[in-house]
Amino acid sequence: MMLHELTLNELTARLAAGEVSSREAMQACLDRIDAVDGSINAFMSIDRDDALGQADAADERLTKGTTHAEQPLLGVPISLKDIFCVKDQPANCSSKILGNFRSPYDGTVVQKLREAGAVIFGRVNMDEFAMGSSTENSAFGPTGNPWDAERVPGGSSGGCAAAVSAQECFGSIGTDTGGSIRQPAALCGCVGIKPTYGRVSRYGVVAFASSLDQVGPMGKTVRDTATLLGAIAGHDPRDSTSVPADVPDYAAGLEGDIKGVKLGLPKEYLGEGIDPEVRAAFEAAVKQYQSLGAEIEEVSLPHAEYGVATYYILATAEASANLARFDGIRYCDRVEGDDPFALYCNTRGAGFGEEVKRRIILGTYVLSSGYYDAYYIRAQKVRTLIKRDFDRALEKVDALITPTVPYTAFKAGEKTGDPLQMYLSDIYTISCNLAGTCGISVPCGFTNDPKLPVGLQLLGKPFGEQELLKIAHAYEQSTPWHNERAAL
Amino acid sequence: MEYETVIGLETHCQLKTQSKMFCACANEFGADPNTNVCPVCLGMPGVLPVPNERALQLTALTGYLLNCEVPKFAKFDRKNYFYPDVCKDYQITQFDFPSTTTGHVDFEFEGGIERVRITRAHLEEDVGKNNHFDQHSGVDFNRAGVPLLEIVSEPDIRSADMAYEYLNALKDILIYGGVSDCDMEKGMVRCDVNISVRPKGATELGTKVEIKNMNTFSGVRRAINYEVPRQIETLESGGSLVQETRRWDDDAGITETMRSKEHAHDYRYFPEPDLMPLRPSEEWLAEVRTHIVELPLARKQRFVADYGIPEQDAEVFVGNVLLGDFFEKAVDGSKNAKAVANWVINNLQAQLTETETSVDDLKFGPEAIRELVEIIDGGTISSKGGQEVFSELFKNGGSPRAIVDAKGLTQVSDTGELEKWCQDAIEANPGPADDVRNGKENAINFLKGQVMKASRGKANPQLVGETLAKLLKD
Amino acid sequence: MSDSEFDIKYVANLARIALNPEEEERLGSQLGDILGYVKKLEELDVSDVEPMAHAVPLDNVLRADEVQPSISNDEALANAPKVANGLFVVPKIVE
Ligand SMILES: [Mg+2]
Ligand SMILES: [Zn+2]
Repeated sequence: MMLHELTLNELTARLAAGEVSSREAMQACLDRIDAVDGSINAFMSIDRDDALGQADAADERLTKGTTHAEQPLLGVPISLKDIFCVKDQPANCSSKILGNFRSPYDGTVVQKLREAGAVIFGRVNMDEFAMGSSTENSAFGPTGNPWDAERVPGGSSGGCAAAVSAQECFGSIGTDTGGSIRQPAALCGCVGIKPTYGRVSRYGVVAFASSLDQVGPMGKTVRDTATLLGAIAGHDPRDSTSVPADVPDYAAGLEGDIKGVKLGLPKEYLGEGIDPEVRAAFEAAVKQYQSLGAEIEEVSLPHAEYGVATYYILATAEASANLARFDGIRYCDRVEGDDPFALYCNTRGAGFGEEVKRRIILGTYVLSSGYYDAYYIRAQKVRTLIKRDFDRALEKVDALITPTVPYTAFKAGEKTGDPLQMYLSDIYTISCNLAGTCGISVPCGFTNDPKLPVGLQLLGKPFGEQELLKIAHAYEQSTPWHNERAAL
Repeated sequence: MEYETVIGLETHCQLKTQSKMFCACANEFGADPNTNVCPVCLGMPGVLPVPNERALQLTALTGYLLNCEVPKFAKFDRKNYFYPDVCKDYQITQFDFPSTTTGHVDFEFEGGIERVRITRAHLEEDVGKNNHFDQHSGVDFNRAGVPLLEIVSEPDIRSADMAYEYLNALKDILIYGGVSDCDMEKGMVRCDVNISVRPKGATELGTKVEIKNMNTFSGVRRAINYEVPRQIETLESGGSLVQETRRWDDDAGITETMRSKEHAHDYRYFPEPDLMPLRPSEEWLAEVRTHIVELPLARKQRFVADYGIPEQDAEVFVGNVLLGDFFEKAVDGSKNAKAVANWVINNLQAQLTETETSVDDLKFGPEAIRELVEIIDGGTISSKGGQEVFSELFKNGGSPRAIVDAKGLTQVSDTGELEKWCQDAIEANPGPADDVRNGKENAINFLKGQVMKASRGKANPQLVGETLAKLLKD
Repeated sequence: MSDSEFDIKYVANLARIALNPEEEERLGSQLGDILGYVKKLEELDVSDVEPMAHAVPLDNVLRADEVQPSISNDEALANAPKVANGLFVVPKIVE
C-alpha cells in the first residue's frame, strides 16, 4: 500500500511505531499532488519548504518521545481551505480581490492544529468567499471531482473534499455555512462533519455569514474526522459566539453498537426532485441501519421548504457587511479612483467575482431602508420556526437521517447559468445551519453509470457530535463504501 | 415674528478603559500612527470582536449618573457605511436596544436649574483618524475601536448658552464618575448638534440642520450663535431651509454645507452576528451601582445647605472632590464650618498646590483642622499663631494642641501680665503714647505692635488693644 | 415585498460595487428571480414569532479590560496598497 493511501489514523499508528516519518508522509502527499492535481486542481498554492520543515520538526518531536496521546495529529499533513488565516501565508478565499495578501496572524483553528502537531500545508480551492456549491466560483479555476474530473466536487469546500478523496492529504479543514462541508463530502465520497454552531472557533476564518458559518473537518473515514474534530473543537475566548462546553474524546467514543438508537426520517425530504439512484442508495442505508438495530421513525420538519429562502436572505445580509472590509484601503488589490467612493466601487467591481457580487447586492438590498422588516426580520422569524421543527424532531429521536444532496456530482457548467437551481442543491443541508445543530455526511454507495458517490446525512442534537459520530461510524464500518477510492 | 430655537445634542465621549472596545490594544492617546493596532481593530479578514466588560460597566454607570434606565436586554448592531477611517466599513454600535435609555441631566443655568432629557446613552466603537494632505489623505487606526459612549439628548435645549452649560455639566458628571477624562485637547469629546427654529408657540419642529463633529464646547456655542440667525433670516426673507448636514468652519466662524458628494445614506442597521446579546444580571448591576458618585450639582447644593458655607466655597469642593471629602471629615463636629472651609481652601489648598502634593500625602488628619479652628475660636492661640501651627502641621504632622504646647504659643490673656507689657510699651514710647492721648487714635497700633513683639506674639491682641486704651485714658 | 422596486444601480452603489451594463442587466434579472423565490416566506404567518439572530443562545460574553501587545506599524501596513509616514494612504477625503 502506498503511503498516501493510508487513513489519518493508520498514518499516526505508523508514525508512532516509527515505521514512517512525517517527512515521508509529507513527501508522499507532495508526490501525489504532482501526479494527480493537474486534473483535479484542488491545491492553489503549497509552500513546500515550509511543509517539509514542519514535518522535520514533527519527526524531531516523535524521536524525542512525544506521543499521539499528547499531540493527536503529530506529523500528519493536513490541508486547509483557502479561507483560514495562517501567519505569513496567503488567504485568498479563491478571490482575485485579496491579491498578494498575507495574513498577519494565525487563527485559532490553525493554532489548535499546530498544538496538536499537524503539518499544515497547502491552500485548497473553494468557491470565492465560500459562496457556491460547486467550486466553480473560484478566481483560480474550477476544481474537478476525483471520480470524474469533468464534474464538480461540490462546494464551497470542494477543494477539501477533492484533496481528501484524491488522497493528496490525510485530512482537510473546511467551513460549512449552508452545507459547504457535507455537500462536497457527499459528491466526492468522503466524510465531512459540520459541528454545532459555537463548537469550533471562527476566529481567523474569513467570515461569510457569521451566524451560520462553522468550521469542520473532512477525512477518509469517520474516525479520521473524529480525530480532527477533537483537535480543533473547544471554547475560544477570541470568538464571542464560541460555546464554553467540554470536548469529549470523539475518537475514543466511536465504538459500540447502536441498537435501539432512534433515527428520524423527515418525510418532507423525499419528495420530488431527488435522483432515483440517490433515493435507492439512501433507502438501502436506512435498511442497513435497521439491520444494525436502529429504529426508524418518520418525523416532520414542516418548515423545511422555507430553508433555502430563509438562508439566502440571512446569509447574504450578513455577507454584505462581512465583505465590506475588502475595500482596497488596508489590503486588497486596489483599483484607484478620484475619491474614496470611486476607489471602493472600482476595487470591488474588479476584484469580486459574479456570484459574490450577486450575493452582496442581494444582502445589501434585504437590509436596505424599507425592506428590512419584509425580508430580514421575516427571515429571522422563519429561522425560529425552522429551529423549533428541529428541536421537536430531535426530542423524539437521536438523529435525523436524510440524503446529503438530492443528486450526484453534476457536470461543470451545468448549473452556472441558473443561480437559483444551484442554491437548491443545498436543500437538505441548509436547515441544519439555520438550526445551529450538527450534521455529518458519510458515503452510502455509488450510482452505476457513471460511478459517482452518494452521501448519507445524519443530523444530530446541538453538541451531540459524539453520538452522531458513533451512529455514522457504526454504519460506515458495516458497509464497504469507505474503502472505495477514485481511480486516478 | 418671534422664533424659538430647538437644539438636541449627540455627544460622543471616549470611555476611560485600559484597552479598546473589542480588542486588547491600548486605549491611549498620542502614540505613533498605526502602532496601537492589531488585526481586530484593523478589520483584517477573519477577526472577531470580543466586548470589553469595563466599557459596559462604565456605560451602565453613566446610565445611573444620568438618571437613565439600564434595560435588562441590550445588543450590538452593525451600522454599515463605507469610509476610509471605518476599518470594517461598518461600525459596531447599539441601535434599537441600547444599554441605557431615558434619563436626564440637571444643571445650573441663568440662576436656575434646567433639565435636559437624555434619550439614550449607547456604546459604540470609535473610528480611525484621517489626516489630510494636499493630494491625499492618510488614515491612522490607533483611535479605531476605542470605546465611545454616544449620549443623545432630547431637543430640550433652547440657546447656545444653554447648550454650552449642558455640555459642561455633562462633562463634569462624566469626569466625576470616572467614566471619561473628557480631555477636549485629545479629542475625547465630540458632538453633533441638531438645530431647528420654529415660530414661537408652534408645536411642530422646524427643518433640522445637523452640524457634525464639533470638538470644542465654545465652538458649539459659536456655531449655534451663527446658525440660528442664519435660519431665521432665511425664513424671514421668504426662503426655505433644507434638511442637511453642515460643517462648522471655526476660523471663518460660519457653518457651510458639507461639500462631500452625498451618496445615499442607508446605514442598513442589523444585529451584529459576531456578538451575543447583553442581559446584565442583578448582581452585575449591583456591583456597578457601588460606583455611583454624588453628582456635582447635588454636592454643591448639599454643601451649601448642610454646612452653611458660601456657594463659591462649595464650588471649590465640587471642583476638587478630595479636598471636599477632607473638608467634610474636618467639619464633622465643628461649630464653625465657615472657618474650617477657610482653612481648607485658603491654607491647605494653597500649600498643596505649592508643594505639588495631594490630600492623600498629608501628615495629619482632617480632625487637626477642626482642632485648629477650635483653639483659635477658644482664644488659646491667635489666628497668627494659628498660621504658625498650620505650617508646622503641614511640615511635620502632629496635633495643633501639641504644637501649641511645644512651641509655647499659648495666647496670654492674663490681665496682670498684659498690663505689665502695656505699661512697658507706653513708657518706652512716650511720643506715640502722647499722640494717642491727643486723639491720634491710629498711633495705638504702633504700641500694640510693640506689645505683641515683646510677648513674642502670645499676647491676646484684642485684650492688648483694650488694655492700652484703658491705660492711656487713665 | 416588491421586487419590481429592485433598483440594481442604487443597490450596487450602496454596496460600492461597480457593474458594467451587461452585469447590471444579468444580475438584475437573476436577482429578480431570486427575490421572487424568497417571496415564499410570505406564505407563513409569523406575526407571533420572535426573530432569531443565533441558534445557540449565549449572553454577556465579555473580556476583561486588559492590554496586550499590538502589532508593529510595519506589520499593520504590510498588505496596504499605498502607505506614507506610517499611514494608510487614500484619495483625498473631502468632508
Ligand atoms: Mg453613533
Ligand atoms: Zn486592536
